[in-house]
Amino acid sequence: MSERRTSPVPVEPAAGNGILNRRIFLEGALIAGATGAGFTGAAAEPLPVQPWMKAPGADFAAYGQPSQFESKVVRALARPANPATQGIGTARTPLHLLDGMLTPSGLHFERSHSGIPNIDPDQHRLVIHGLVKQPLVFTLEALSRYPMTSRIAFVECAGNSGALNAPQPQALNVPAIHGLLSCSEWTGVKLSTLLDEAGVDPSARWMLAEGADGAGMSRSVPLAKAMDDALICIYQNGEHVRPSNGYPVRLLLPGFEGNMNVKWLRRLKLTAGPTMTKDETSKYTILLKDEKAWQFVFPLEVKSVITKPSPGLTLKGPGFYEISGLAWSGNGSIRQVEVSADGGQSWAPAALSGPILPKAPVRFRAPWQWNGGPAVLQSRATDDTGMVQPSRAAFAAERGLRGQYHYNAIQSWRIDEKGEAVNVYA
Amino acid sequence: MSMHKHLLIGAAIVALTATASAQTPPKFGQPIAPADIAPWDISVGPDGAGLPPGRGTVAQGEAVYAAKCQACHGEKGAGRPNDALVGGKGTLEAGKAPVKTVGSYWPYATTLFDYIRRAMPFTDSKSLTDDEVYAVSAYILNLNEIIGKDDVLDAQSLPKIRMPNRDGFIPFPRSPK
Repeated sequence: MSERRTSPVPVEPAAGNGILNRRIFLEGALIAGATGAGFTGAAAEPLPVQPWMKAPGADFAAYGQPSQFESKVVRALARPANPATQGIGTARTPLHLLDGMLTPSGLHFERSHSGIPNIDPDQHRLVIHGLVKQPLVFTLEALSRYPMTSRIAFVECAGNSGALNAPQPQALNVPAIHGLLSCSEWTGVKLSTLLDEAGVDPSARWMLAEGADGAGMSRSVPLAKAMDDALICIYQNGEHVRPSNGYPVRLLLPGFEGNMNVKWLRRLKLTAGPTMTKDETSKYTILLKDEKAWQFVFPLEVKSVITKPSPGLTLKGPGFYEISGLAWSGNGSIRQVEVSADGGQSWAPAALSGPILPKAPVRFRAPWQWNGGPAVLQSRATDDTGMVQPSRAAFAAERGLRGQYHYNAIQSWRIDEKGEAVNVYA
Repeated sequence: MSMHKHLLIGAAIVALTATASAQTPPKFGQPIAPADIAPWDISVGPDGAGLPPGRGTVAQGEAVYAAKCQACHGEKGAGRPNDALVGGKGTLEAGKAPVKTVGSYWPYATTLFDYIRRAMPFTDSKSLTDDEVYAVSAYILNLNEIIGKDDVLDAQSLPKIRMPNRDGFIPFPRSPK
């Protein structure tokens, strides 16, 4: 056996059941006694010269695609029971098969209410009217002439993680539970610029945003948000916004529930009060324990999920693993993520991979020496407003489990002795 | 004042004007008259603002419903394969599994008109006449025993309807300032 060139630095356990100190990620320290599962230290086979090393490769492609060997990294589709209403459903991001903080555009989640319209950008118009001095209409060409702003932001469906409201834990994986979360770099025109141009009437307090899709998806947005950080997005990750994400123009309201980030945006009407659309009354309201429901719940509160290990990503025997996941808050930046391997009895801080941006997911990582025994993995995020992600019990105590939307309690994955992860309530 | 000073002042004015125009934000919006927005201006507020002329009865609505809605929403709004439009009364109470329908949950009747007009029937949205939207709204409200079978819906009567769950909503306690 060959000698290591650097002496291993003993890394003390940071929390129960094998959670190690995050400084091995922060400082690159080595772990005494930690071995990779399946890595025995036996000498490797001689290196073969493969066919692709001896011949020219493929020609250039006008638009690149992932490797054919990554064909399983796709969105999970949930279609309606009624084939006549195709287009009501979701495509869920395979977060457990991705790393980093950004979502490739082709894997960004999709939730639509009447399918994806095929919009000719030259025919598309955005109109601003209602309580303004001068109603205005914008072509895409006109919008493209304004100074652009870029920011990285998550979009999360209000219904994401709603499966965890179920009384009994269901055997679901990360995309099925949490896959209605994605993150892109968005580029477009500040909405305040356009509203200033139209001249906002002092009596305006709300803004109806409406899509050009068959459902005419519409939501009322507080004018304060519209004037703050709302963006009229033309670009997503550098290219024009994908059709399933609102081509040619979508509204971005950083941190606010996905449904309000109206895709295929065609109309903004300034009003004194909310319009009380279907999606802010009958849907996207949170029925509490008693008969009352919260209405106008906008920011998605602090949340995190371990994406690795998770159901389907079976551990290959005892040894060293990285626990990794995403943390985000619609109210600001992530300040801290803690992880636990003993169902929340003890916690240790995870390392955060930068950049740490407001209203954007952060990748967290924690080292774990799995002893091969049962474990319950959890992550708990804290944002810079001081809000801490609640336990499922605390979440349920406040609002019950009938609300459907804005579920942000701690996710628990139980690891069994075979290394398989399963969704549990702990 | 010397010619030299005149020139200096003139230059200063030119410079100031140039600076001012450089600071004027670009404007690329095109003015549009309300009449030209009208085909898109289909939203209806809870006070009835935006409701069009026209009227419809429960009986007329029953015919529209049978032809254009029932295949997805079931006989008399019972639901299946898509959402139920009727029933659920009392299911919002603590400890019960909520059945949220137009009758049990929706706080405003204007929302029903707005949503049907913009989004229904699913495969041919924005195809109903305003009279048909009033009529089918009347039918659904009658199925939920919110209006009588002889009531007529129009821009005056629709916003006056008080929905059973009108007071069922409270603000979120942690809304941003």
